[in-house]
Amino acid sequence: MQLNIHYYALMREQAGRSEETLETSAATPSALYDELSARYGFTLAREQLKVAVNSEFSDWSRRLAGGDAVVFIPPVAGG
Amino acid sequence: MRFRLSQTAIDTGAARGELLDLGAGGYVAFEGWVRDHNEGQEVSRLEYEAFPELAVKEGERIIAEALRRFPVRHALCIHRVGTLSLRDMAVWVGVSSTHRGEAFDACRFIIDEVKQRVPIWKKEHYRNGDSGWVNCERCAAAPGHAH
Repeated sequence: MQLNIHYYALMREQAGRSEETLETSAATPSALYDELSARYGFTLAREQLKVAVNSEFSDWSRRLAGGDAVVFIPPVAGG
Repeated sequence: MRFRLSQTAIDTGAARGELLDLGAGGYVAFEGWVRDHNEGQEVSRLEYEAFPELAVKEGERIIAEALRRFPVRHALCIHRVGTLSLRDMAVWVGVSSTHRGEAFDACRFIIDEVKQRVPIWKKEHYRNGDSGWVNCERCAAAPGHAH
């Protein structure tokens, strides 16, 4: 299936891109992070992140569907 | 919207005006400014980046929670994104209320929750030429080493 991944902040810099459409067999955000981590060498462990699917916070074990938009959220620092 | 992202300087006069209410006895505002140091490093400028759709959604939820928790009249929060210089305002929170106590409490609640929950990131640029994403670089998983 195809997923749309958007990258922000540290994730954007480490992935070297702001977004991509990806053909993947990753069934969950967790599996997707492992796959992308292996490709881009993300320095943050999954436990340090949150994840959003279709612009809402999501469980790491949610079943992804084709066309979903996924964002990995590193520790925030607003204010 | 009661939580907004702004690419340009925050107009505090206009923001304050949105909180005016004949039933309000006053208002409390918090301004977050860019300071010249953090954790022992001399800071020269900041960059704020947001995941806009979710930042606004989560920010709105925080304001709604504040309005439920505290008997205040109105609340508004505006957060900057983009490149900021020293002394620039990074965030503004304003709360109007019948009585002052709840306005202080709600304002504190909003800024504390925004800092913890809203997907906004801050990159510090230092005078020594280094830079780093706050809360991300030093917490990066250390390379494994055995003891």
